[in-house]
Amino acid sequence: MSPSALDEVGFPEHHYLNAGTTVRSWLLTTDHKRIGVMYLVAVILALFLGGMFALLLRFEHLTPGPTYIDAVTYNRFFTLHGVIMVWFFLIPAIPSVFGNFLLPIMIGAKDVAFPRLNLASVYIYAVGAAFTTWAMIHGGADTGWTFYTPYSTTTSTVVAPILLGIFILGFSTIVTGINFIVTIHTMRGPGLTWMRLPLFVWAIYGTAIIQVLATPVLGLVLLLVGVEHLLGFGLFDPARGGDPILFQHLFWFYSHPAVYIMILPAMGVISETVAAAARKNVFGYRAVAYSSLGIALVGFFTWGHHMFVAGQGVFDAGAFGVLSMFVGIFTSIKVFTWVGTLYRGAIRFTTPFAYICGFLYFLVFGGMTGIAVATVSLDVHWHDTYFVVAHFHFIMVGAALMGFLAALHYWFPKMFGRMYHEGWGLVSATLIILGFNATFIPQFLLGNLGMPRRYYDYPVRFQSLHVASTAGSTLLFFGFVIIFIYLVLALKYGRAAGRNPWGSRGFEWDTSSPPPTHNFEQLPVFTHGPHEYQLAPEVSNAA
Amino acid sequence: MNELLRNVLFLPEQASTFARKVDSLHYFVIITTMIMSTLVGLTALFFFVRFRRRSETQTTPLLNPPWWLETMFVVVPLAFFLFWFARGYTDYVELKTPPKNSMDVYVQAKQWMWKFSYPEGPNAIGVLRVPANRPVRLMMTSRDVIHSFFVPAFRVKQDVLPGRYTETWFEAIQPGRYQLLCAEYCGTNHSLMLGEVIVLRPDEFDSWLADQRRGRALQQDGAPTADEDVTRQADLVRQGERFAVQYGCVKCHSIDGSPHIGPTWLDLFLRREELEGGQTIIADEAYLTESMMDPRAKIVRGFNPVMPVFKGRLAGPEAAAIVEYIKSLRSEPLEQARSRRPVYEPIRSR
Repeated sequence: MSPSALDEVGFPEHHYLNAGTTVRSWLLTTDHKRIGVMYLVAVILALFLGGMFALLLRFEHLTPGPTYIDAVTYNRFFTLHGVIMVWFFLIPAIPSVFGNFLLPIMIGAKDVAFPRLNLASVYIYAVGAAFTTWAMIHGGADTGWTFYTPYSTTTSTVVAPILLGIFILGFSTIVTGINFIVTIHTMRGPGLTWMRLPLFVWAIYGTAIIQVLATPVLGLVLLLVGVEHLLGFGLFDPARGGDPILFQHLFWFYSHPAVYIMILPAMGVISETVAAAARKNVFGYRAVAYSSLGIALVGFFTWGHHMFVAGQGVFDAGAFGVLSMFVGIFTSIKVFTWVGTLYRGAIRFTTPFAYICGFLYFLVFGGMTGIAVATVSLDVHWHDTYFVVAHFHFIMVGAALMGFLAALHYWFPKMFGRMYHEGWGLVSATLIILGFNATFIPQFLLGNLGMPRRYYDYPVRFQSLHVASTAGSTLLFFGFVIIFIYLVLALKYGRAAGRNPWGSRGFEWDTSSPPPTHNFEQLPVFTHGPHEYQLAPEVSNAA
Repeated sequence: MNELLRNVLFLPEQASTFARKVDSLHYFVIITTMIMSTLVGLTALFFFVRFRRRSETQTTPLLNPPWWLETMFVVVPLAFFLFWFARGYTDYVELKTPPKNSMDVYVQAKQWMWKFSYPEGPNAIGVLRVPANRPVRLMMTSRDVIHSFFVPAFRVKQDVLPGRYTETWFEAIQPGRYQLLCAEYCGTNHSLMLGEVIVLRPDEFDSWLADQRRGRALQQDGAPTADEDVTRQADLVRQGERFAVQYGCVKCHSIDGSPHIGPTWLDLFLRREELEGGQTIIADEAYLTESMMDPRAKIVRGFNPVMPVFKGRLAGPEAAAIVEYIKSLRSEPLEQARSRRPVYEPIRSR
């Protein structure tokens, strides 16, 4: 933390990547940074796999009726696409990769509170993934990622190992959540009060609370489905005396908050990157920090808006309808704050900023169509159609993935100490944002027209919109291929990034890139907040 | 204006009283959404142009929103959202409250077909006939997994659950044919679980109902439809007829009662048959299906075991369609056993 820190350019001699180069040094590491990197490799694999399934599904829809796969294969593919994307990519993507890597550095700690537990979470993730892969090779389930009963308990496909895989994976999420909560409470450096925490840390904190509170419910409900499927107990299947709606309540009690597990960390990323890109304090720090907690809390009371036509009571529908309107408010506070942050800033258009713009647009459009489908009478038409599919892809792929890509491009220099090619970065960002719109805007229209989701075959009048959507998805694919190529090349050939290539005030930029094994040469003392760009650089670094 | 927006947004025609009502809110919500997301995007771009970074050491003022601005951030969107909710919930309550004078139809869903039963007697598979300008209440249940009754032109959708009844209602305003889709994923042929709602003029509906009471079974399941979309799954009997020709069933089974290589299909359904082994069976759906899949299991006395095995050649829905076709081949009307109030006019039409 010397005053000259900002100017220091070059590659440090000792850092966490060359602290040990054997395979063993990676597999047995308790270094949060290495664990973050291992998670990065894992989620990129998952993204690739899930994305391949998505492309296969899109190409099947080029023509109505059989195009090149049969109905059962199609049903298995959309199930695998959902399972892989939700549990193996979106949920761990930002918290387990960037949360692990950055959280201790941002709060001035040498590591997370429980480093060995952190390593265990990687292995738990791997075991869960192994079970799911095994099930995939043996045919895979055809239930959809929602596993609605009684279909999921009566289908003859391989449901149980996939359920077990997700069940195990849940523990990895819980462990990570507990680790983050304890770390933030107990390991903040001297002078780092709650109101000086970077907003990414607040977002991760809100996420960790949801992870710890909601994931056990998922474990419980998956266990019950497994018990009914394997042992024949009548829990959800009316033919055996069960209640199918009960499953939906339990499932959405987890899965609605799980949406916030996916989107809250992305919001945290945007709070950080928008401040760095505009070189400006976040317009309303407290509002953003508290709204993360607000989302974590109110998100638990809106699950019934997934069930307006499922057979719940009219009063219940009204209650969940109103509560859903309130959860939208926290997001809108954040959106106005981010836009306000740009006001009178000093903005530079870089690849992360391109993703910020994409994120804002997708979040507002996806979020407001979310409020639209939570409007009870409108949901009656839209429920289980492509409109809902397009809405949640705007949030999940649009916003959450934009957040992931913004984070990847913003923190890549910190993680690996090298810069990627900025021009190609902007090219692929443009491709992805355009391709994304071309993929999912037609799907909103398909939903309006009445195309139900999870349809292998479809009436001819839907075809032109399906073709448009498939065309868009190939653009998306090429965008990702370009990113993959230039990032891999940058690992070896990129120019050294130096300590702080963005001129950011974020605390993580005060250490070298890549950081040393114990994060700092000397432990930092915090004298100001993370986004105070009104101070001249010398003052801000004189800690 | 209504037509323009409906076409721009790709919404289907408005064929029920509810569709008209809900679409006006639909337009409002979607237009606000598009305006808001464009405004946010444009503001961000404008700020970028206006506040570009001029130097590498540039500092910026510390700005925090005044209290009134933060209040606006909350109050303005919340006012919009609550207005949407109030309008939407009012309509939803109406959708959940069938008028007292509605006509009842019982709906049974199963993998992968729709069955409709009228209290006056008739049953129909795949095709729901209703009168225009009269509220129709549907009492729905499922035989296996969850399905969902979805008619886009009516803007009506309701999940159909096993083990309990759910209800919904609509009032069609325009005679015509409207597609019915299953909207809740229900297995392999989920996307083929289509059907059709035929809205008839009230007088046409009454005469159709009277015909049904006279037991004109062949007319039960809908005349051919011009719209390719609708018929594919709508009419099992016609499908079965096609499959019976395609798979060569009718080369050995007659459909008019004349003797041939295999037993005739006329009046076969529920006929008591004596087997080679001496026992008797009733030719119900189970037996008919078994005879296609494993013809040698139960041979009717007097016939040679020459029929090829169709297991693996006939898909489940194809076999079901052939069964329905066999059921439709009656020399006299089928007894309508499931109806609540069977009122039959004692007319032998053939």
